[in-house]
Amino acid sequence: MKISISKIIIFSFIIFSFLIFWQGLKKNNDYDTKNLIGNKISNFQLIDLNNEKKLITEEDLRKNEYTLINFFASWCSPCRTEHEYLLKLSNKKIRIIGINFKDKKSNAISFLEELGNPYDFIGKDKNGKISVLFGIYGIPETLIVDSSLIVIKKYIGPIDQNQYDEILKLIQ
Amino acid sequence: MKLKKIIFVIYALFLTPLYSNDNKVVASEVYKNLRCLVCQGQSIADSNSDFATTIKLVVLDQINEGKKEDEIYNFLISKYGEWITYHPTFNKNNFLLWTLPYAVLVLGGFIIFLIVRKNKHNKAN
Repeated sequence: MKISISKIIIFSFIIFSFLIFWQGLKKNNDYDTKNLIGNKISNFQLIDLNNEKKLITEEDLRKNEYTLINFFASWCSPCRTEHEYLLKLSNKKIRIIGINFKDKKSNAISFLEELGNPYDFIGKDKNGKISVLFGIYGIPETLIVDSSLIVIKKYIGPIDQNQYDEILKLIQ
Repeated sequence: MKLKKIIFVIYALFLTPLYSNDNKVVASEVYKNLRCLVCQGQSIADSNSDFATTIKLVVLDQINEGKKEDEIYNFLISKYGEWITYHPTFNKNNFLLWTLPYAVLVLGGFIIFLIVRKNKHNKAN
């Protein structure tokens, strides 16, 4: 039986197109940056929320084995749900830096007075520019960096029990 | 001398907005090439979301600092991944995207060549 080359080509093309569309349907199209780990954080300087003269820089973070950096705001409802986990982590062997994102200072202070303050340092990010340096695109988001300032974990959305356990496992 | 000073001041006053407008034109081009990560199918230029507003501020800052477009894209790619730009670079994950149109073009040409040759051959017989 003679099969023409053009028939083979057309058949291969149909199979190929089918596989491409099949793969496309299986792929999750909701993009997030949680897999963007391994990047180094650099060129930042955080100003303390309560004292403008107090700063935190890269050198300060290098002193810690692990640093948890949490972006939060008083207007962010999911930030409330993760707060209990941050409070629990504040007693553990990890330094916690909070960055108050596009918030009013008075509201941030009230928020922390109401729920408790888990942070060793609170930086302010009045217009959100700092958040871009950390690759943040919505809050709450949490990063864990090592002493070389390499991002080793990234949590998009509020921290839950599983993620809390994961962080504990990491720092132990 | 006084006249020279006046001319210099007027020149500086006119030049500043021109320079600033020029930066805004470049910035708006950059915004169009950036994808808003929290919006459905919108660019940074189209969106008024919190994220887009922040990215616009950062891009404008970087242009004012004298950074080139590619430097700004590379900076944002390093923070948010390649998805943030509408210009994917050639890599092993998207090589088909870049090469397939050319491959199809060559293949199409080859098929046409085969058909034409076959027709000629049939006519000759």
